[in-house]
Amino acid sequence: MATYQLTINGQRREVTTDPSTPLLWVLREDLKLTGTKYGCGVSACGACTVHVAGMATRSCMVPVSMLGDRPVVTIEAIGQDPVGKVVQDAWVSHDVVQCGYCQSGQIMSAVVLLKHTPNPTDQNIEESMGGNICRCGTYPRIRQAIKAAAQHLQ
Amino acid sequence: MIGSRTTGPRSLIVVFAAFVVCLVASPPQADQSKAAPSADRRSDGLAAWQQVYTVLTHQRCINCHTATNYPQQGDDRHRHFANVVRGPEGRGVPGLHCATCHQEANADSTGAPGSHNWHLAPLSMAWQDQHDQLLSSAEICRVLTDRSKNHDMDGPALLQHHAEDQLVGWAWEPGRGLNGLQRTLPPLSRPQFADATRRWVEAGTPCPPGKAGD
Repeated sequence: MATYQLTINGQRREVTTDPSTPLLWVLREDLKLTGTKYGCGVSACGACTVHVAGMATRSCMVPVSMLGDRPVVTIEAIGQDPVGKVVQDAWVSHDVVQCGYCQSGQIMSAVVLLKHTPNPTDQNIEESMGGNICRCGTYPRIRQAIKAAAQHLQ
Repeated sequence: MIGSRTTGPRSLIVVFAAFVVCLVASPPQADQSKAAPSADRRSDGLAAWQQVYTVLTHQRCINCHTATNYPQQGDDRHRHFANVVRGPEGRGVPGLHCATCHQEANADSTGAPGSHNWHLAPLSMAWQDQHDQLLSSAEICRVLTDRSKNHDMDGPALLQHHAEDQLVGWAWEPGRGLNGLQRTLPPLSRPQFADATRRWVEAGTPCPPGKAGD
């Protein structure tokens, strides 16, 4: 066991856990931030996506010991980000969600996409969102929402 | 004394003549370095290259030296899962960057391999063709020594890359996969690989003749 000082959603949080524990379980079990979902546990679905130092990151794959001092943002705080707020609003206005399980990861990836690619093409969206799986098949609405958010941000 | 007085000038002439002959017979050291390698030196260099080639064509090296728009993975060199793509700089795309999963070190508890500066080799350094077949020894040698394709690396820089680059070194410390098993290692140890590269570089980085399939 080891103790880590983490920066989660702008707040310092102290966690004592096994160094090999994936960030996902620190967020969900220790910090009770359950908006980030466990899907596959092997980075194949994207449901656990959070931002680590601004980069979309599969929290199921990153042991807490490898975080260092990099700040983490989860779905709980993405609405405080200007781009994140626009993306969330687009998700609501386009009624993207069906079951919703994958959607926190979808939004986290979409926010990073739009921060780096303000006017994404269909190919940009397919490539950047290709690692986020939705069993409900909401892909067409996800694409529409991303394009609407991009338009709103311009 | 008389004898020495009479033979002295003759000796000087002989010594001077020998010096001139030596100058003619033995070109300066700088010229020697520019001379074409001897047959033995070239042969030794080619033998060392073949050792280097066995490492470069190990499946785990090819996985990142692809000619495709995506990395490969595993000993069977299958397409990287999760729809990962190369991206403009060989590091993925926003939202699905290499560092989305790959950290600065292997994460054996999750099975994700990692090392500093994780990325794909550029397409100019692909060691496979468009049909997923390995390039021949001659082809990879030519690619590797083409400074317009290899980030302008000369022989010493190639040696340093092979001997010291951290991401290259990951090949010998690949960690455990998702199945918990140790990933396979190249056929040579890293010191052996570096030594073979050094001998190849010292021989003037000779490349074998031949084309694809040779």
